[in-house]
Amino acid sequence: MSAELESRPAPPAHPAGDLVIEKPALRVDRLSVWYGESLALDGVSLDIPERRITAFIGPSGCGKSTLLRCLNRMNELIDGVRVEGTVRFSGLDVFDPSLDVNALRKRIGMVFQRSNPFPKSIYENVAYGPRIHGVRRRSELDEIVERALRGSALWEEVKDRLHDGALQLSGGQQQRLCIARALAVEPEVLLLDEPCSALDPGATAKIEELLLDLRDSYTIAIVTHNMQQAARVSDYTAFLYLGQLIEFGETSAIFVKPREQRTQDYITGRFG
Amino acid sequence: MQARSRAALAAAGTWVTAAALAIDLLLIASLLVLVGWRGASAFWPRPLVALQLDDGSRWLGEVHEREEIPDLATGKRTGATRIRVRVANRDLGGADFVWLDEARIASRETPRDAMLLERLEWGPFFGTPVEVRVGDRVAASGPAAVAAALPDLQREKQALRERIHGIEKGPIGDLNYELEQIRLAGRRLELAPPPEPERGRREAELEQRKAALEARYREEGARLEALRGELAQGELVMATADGTRHAVPLGEIVRAASPNALGLGGRIALYAARIGEFVTGEPREANTEGGIFPALFGTVMMVFLMSIFVVPFGVLAAILLQEYARDGLAVRAARIAVNNLAGVPSIVFGVFGLGFFVYGVGGAIDRWFFADSLPTPTFGTGGILWASLTLALLTVPVVIVATEEGLAAVPQGVRQGSRALGATQLETLLRVVLPAAAPGLLTGLILAMARAAGEVAPLMIVGMVKLAPALPVDQHPPFLHLERKFMHLGFHIYDVGFQSPNVEAAVPLVFATTALLIAIVVTLNLTAILLRNRLRGRLAGRGF
Repeated sequence: MSAELESRPAPPAHPAGDLVIEKPALRVDRLSVWYGESLALDGVSLDIPERRITAFIGPSGCGKSTLLRCLNRMNELIDGVRVEGTVRFSGLDVFDPSLDVNALRKRIGMVFQRSNPFPKSIYENVAYGPRIHGVRRRSELDEIVERALRGSALWEEVKDRLHDGALQLSGGQQQRLCIARALAVEPEVLLLDEPCSALDPGATAKIEELLLDLRDSYTIAIVTHNMQQAARVSDYTAFLYLGQLIEFGETSAIFVKPREQRTQDYITGRFG
Repeated sequence: MQARSRAALAAAGTWVTAAALAIDLLLIASLLVLVGWRGASAFWPRPLVALQLDDGSRWLGEVHEREEIPDLATGKRTGATRIRVRVANRDLGGADFVWLDEARIASRETPRDAMLLERLEWGPFFGTPVEVRVGDRVAASGPAAVAAALPDLQREKQALRERIHGIEKGPIGDLNYELEQIRLAGRRLELAPPPEPERGRREAELEQRKAALEARYREEGARLEALRGELAQGELVMATADGTRHAVPLGEIVRAASPNALGLGGRIALYAARIGEFVTGEPREANTEGGIFPALFGTVMMVFLMSIFVVPFGVLAAILLQEYARDGLAVRAARIAVNNLAGVPSIVFGVFGLGFFVYGVGGAIDRWFFADSLPTPTFGTGGILWASLTLALLTVPVVIVATEEGLAAVPQGVRQGSRALGATQLETLLRVVLPAAAPGLLTGLILAMARAAGEVAPLMIVGMVKLAPALPVDQHPPFLHLERKFMHLGFHIYDVGFQSPNVEAAVPLVFATTALLIAIVVTLNLTAILLRNRLRGRLAGRGF
């Protein structure tokens, strides 16, 4: 291991303090991730509550995106990645090599930092997931597409041009389309990786509103750079620093009265 | 001062690059204009000029060129000019063209009754019609009467020629095909004889069928002879410029016209008829006359076959390199190899095609499947299949590089988006990445087709010929004859222009054929470009 990591201060023994998550959707246990020789995530343990919004915050390179990508094994698409520890999802060991990773990703959807609609029509973007998972009937697809677009609050804006190209939408609309695309496969968990970092304030506000609407039906984990956003939308917040989980707790507690000095420093903008 | 010179230098940069571009465009434009103009004017009817020289000799022909007579001894300007006249009548005079000293020309006129005949043999004939004879009877006498009688006679002869052609290609072709099948069946019997009573029975059966076919062959042959006899009847007696009488059989005349008497409409009609014959007709007189349809057909078919072979290979290889393989030493080595392949001289591919496809694969196919026709090779000799494969090999780097670029231009985020929805890598590739990369793929195909259509050198050793007896597609099963040799416009240009016995007369055809080759390449490319732009439009958002 590199000298840099050895010089790190030890993580807090109990970053979550006495917080008990009653119904965890995902249980992360001593998760460590290496990219080649460099350690990106160092023994992180936390429970992500069901039907709540959990925010991951921390400075760039702290491992928050890595943590998010481990939850549906999207980290595997990167060459030279190595994982230790476990993630459990409704009784399944997520890293079990015999697990059907595509079925897992159907249940744990993901939205990326930069909106990435397929170069197809709006309709085809949303219908893509259901088609992959075997839905063939046109009427059924129509229904799914409408439900997903309503779910992502895009329906009213695009219902008259479903067969136009998705790349013609504005940035915020594209991101909501990506959310609709993720919703169309009826996942249980939605992972969002800095979904608003490329959007203007208006579009950001719409997405945040949408997240609050989705909160009742989905378990949501969101990575964000934006402290206010974490404070506005999340129920729980995890602060990561240099690959370690420093503090995890209810958002109100973290932002009002953090237990750790480093959390305090970060959220008050002293570094990051 | 320094700032000013730097600004001047910066402006000069713009001008130099703009000038370079302008020169490029000018070169392209002049190439197209030169080839297009000389190609298009090859068929325009020129007036027939009757010339009398001061020594009393007379000439009739088309004036093609005028130049100053060079004084070879001193190299000084002489001021005297001469003209190059196409006098045709090769069967009488030998040469198609003569140079005439303009100072010696005593009179020059364009007689209205001068007539040009395009013939099946010996090239055109220029002269004045005297009479039409059928047997011993004179059917028409004098230029006007002949001109009036000729169209009907020609239509009659044309119909006869078509019937003869129909019998040759139809029933006689079929009979030849069936006889060949019987010969091959007999050969198979010899090679693997069944037990005796069976063998004798089958041989007798073949003999019987052969006899029946030969009887029909004799019947058709007799019909053909009768028609040929009918075609040979009648002749047009022409007077040359110096008054010599020459009889041209009516059946030999493809087209007769009096260009000096034609109005603009008549000239345009003659021009259109000549172009029509050029594009759809078969060559005659060692390719220097008639049409180039077989070469046109061969070129297009070869390019299409090549496309069918090159796309799957190139695309699959590009997918492996771009999507599946980890970027390592092997991938980099493969890329370098592919790029260098694009720089190998094309004749090397030809030699490889000859050694590998023709002798290797073709020889093996012949031994396994066509043993009955050996020692005559079927696939073990050059043919359109091997030529297409050779060109596919030659153009595969272009397709690989363009497809790779197309694939690389698809954002990683799109792939991840698909994988995050639970799609496998293959599903992502087939449903998202490849459709998005299709314009890049088509670009590769466009470049490959353009290259293939213009390539000549490697084809000369893997199946391209000066004159192919039959098209690679006909009415006999299996209809598509991939083993056949074929003609190609690129080689046709070289052959007509530089290998024919009558190079001077063939030069206009060189330009016409070149113009046609350019037209084909442009058409193929435009089609592919339109297709690509439509695809791009769809991807950019006009919807599916």
